Parts: sequence; C-alpha cells; structure tokens
Amino acid sequence: MAETPKIVDRRSDIASIGKSVVIKGELSGSEDLYLDGEVEGSIVLNGNSLTVGPNGRVRAHIKAREVIVHGKVDGNILSAQRVELRRSAAVLGDISSQRIMIEDGAFVKGSIDVQKDAKSSPAPASVPAPQAAEVTK
Amino acid sequence: MFKWLRGGTGQATAEGGREVLPRSKRHSSALKELHRNLAREENISILDLGATSAANISLFTGRGMKVCTEDLIVASTDPDLQIKDFDGNPTYDIDRFLKDNLAFEMRSFDAVLFWDIADYLPEPLVKPVIERICSLMKPGGHLLAFFHTKDAGPNSPYSRYHIAGEDTLDVQPIPRKGSGGYYKLLRVFNNRHIENLFRDFASLKFFLARDNMREVLIIR
Repeated sequence: MAETPKIVDRRSDIASIGKSVVIKGELSGSEDLYLDGEVEGSIVLNGNSLTVGPNGRVRAHIKAREVIVHGKVDGNILSAQRVELRRSAAVLGDISSQRIMIEDGAFVKGSIDVQKDAKSSPAPASVPAPQAAEVTK
Repeated sequence: MFKWLRGGTGQATAEGGREVLPRSKRHSSALKELHRNLAREENISILDLGATSAANISLFTGRGMKVCTEDLIVASTDPDLQIKDFDGNPTYDIDRFLKDNLAFEMRSFDAVLFWDIADYLPEPLVKPVIERICSLMKPGGHLLAFFHTKDAGPNSPYSRYHIAGEDTLDVQPIPRKGSGGYYKLLRVFNNRHIENLFRDFASLKFFLARDNMREVLIIR
C-alpha cells in the first residue's frame, strides 16, 4: 500500500477539496489549495500554491506559483517558482518552472523546462540523493 | 540470484513478498564520451526514453538543458496497443504507439538516451521506434544505446539508469507492475543487427564493457 504523505497539518490551514469531489470546468482562486478530488478543465492559482493529494486526479492545465503533486496530473504544469513531484506522483504533460524537485519513483511523461529566475542567482533543480548503491568497479 | 548481472554484488531482498533486486553501479565509456561531446554545445535538448530518473532530470535541468522523458517500455505494455490484423492475427497498433509516445511537434533533440530499450521492446515496435527517433534528432545529434550480450541471460531485468557521474551509472532494476516479476530480455542483438537497425544514422561507435553489455554511441 502506498505510504500516505504527512500533510494533514498543512491541510487544516488551507482550502481543501476532498477526495469525493469532482469538478469540471475552470478552477481559480487567490489562496493555497489542497486538492484530493478530481478536476477536469483548468486550474489557475496565480501567486498561490496547489497540492494535489495522493487521491487527486487532475485532467487540466495547472498554473500556480508552486505545485506539489502526490497524485496524478494529466495536463501541463506552469509554475512561477517550484514544482515538487513526490514518489507517488504521475504527470503526463509538460512542466515549466524555475525549480523542480522530483522524488525517486515519480513518473513523468513529457518535457521539463527549468526557467532560471533572472533576478536571483541560478537555483539548480534538486532531487533527493539516490539510495546508496554498491560500487562494484 | 541476479548478483552476477551487471557486475552487481548486492543481495536481492524481499519487499512485500516480492524479490527486490539490488541497485548496482557500472562504468560507461559511451556515457563519458557523450558528456564530452555535449559539453561543447549550448541550448541542448535531451530525450530520455528510459524509466523516469529524478537524478537525470535534476542533472540536465541543473545544467540548463531541456529534457523530455518517455518511458517506452511501460508504454509498450498498454493492452490497447494489442490489436488484430485483417486476418485476425494479433499485432501491435504501431501508429498509435508512435503518436502517443514519440510525437514532438516542431521539436528536435541533440541527444537521445535510448539505454537498453531495444532489448525489451516488443518486436514489431523496434524498427519503427528507431526510425521515428532518427527523425526526431538533429543532424549530428547523439544517441546512447546499450545492448545485452548473450552471456547476460534471459532474466536480465529492465532497469532504470541514473547518471551518477560523468562515466558512472546507478542501475536500478524495475519491477513490472502487477506481475510481481521483472521485465525479461526479449532478444539479443549482435553487432551486425545493431548496424542494420541504425543504418540511417551517420556513424556508430561501439564500446566494449566489462560486464555483459555492449555500449554504442550513435551519431545522427
């Protein structure tokens, strides 16, 4: 069974869409959002963050300041700052962001374009170090 | 059981009742040459056709490269691709596979990481996939491919290749979803087969490895 991410505390502070909710159309807002349900259409959260929970199923293009994905996204992700794909994430679409963090186990089918912030120093994409492997040569 | 493969010395462990094969490291001369060649170029775009590797994406995007990833082996297991021809014989929907997985409008690549995919792709897909890849590459672009030798044995598992250094790969066997096992080697190419497969390319350079792999750096 997939490990449930520890994001419960954070959810209590932000707007949340539960796993039984299905939305078709444009979803937009001006606050952070935790999404564990299904969305088909588009998601625009300019200046705010979107977290797609482990049960989240998104078939939409996403535009947000920060996007964290535990579930499935079928669509392009355009982030002004940062995209995090956790180990259970599956993204079918193109990703464009200043920074991207991908955990081992995440699935990506599409292009990844890291746009450097012209104002700040370049921030390289970061990933957790691969698990230790035995050196044989 | 598989520890003799790829030079690995780790022990297989059990996870959820399933055998988990250990990761191992291997030296790659072809990767080293690819790195050297790409270092001379700018605005590089890379197509990684192996299993998604966070380390590879991090490495390339951190160097300002554009990356596209497609896991062709997982995509080839889509049951909807298995169709029947006019005579009712089972075949593959090759057009659909190419359209779903290797369609990049207005985009061409400086380098393609093909890894050992040809050894695991269903037979009807091998040639069309290589032809399509050729059309997706820039002239002078590089393709990195690995091929198992006969000595590798039929149980050589399909693996995720993490680039761990200029000439070092971290090799992680990938369990096949839902089966409890691993992808098996479908065929072994010899040098002549490989040359024929890539005959539309400008040149092939073979690298002999100490393990049961043949590395090839191919120029479009």
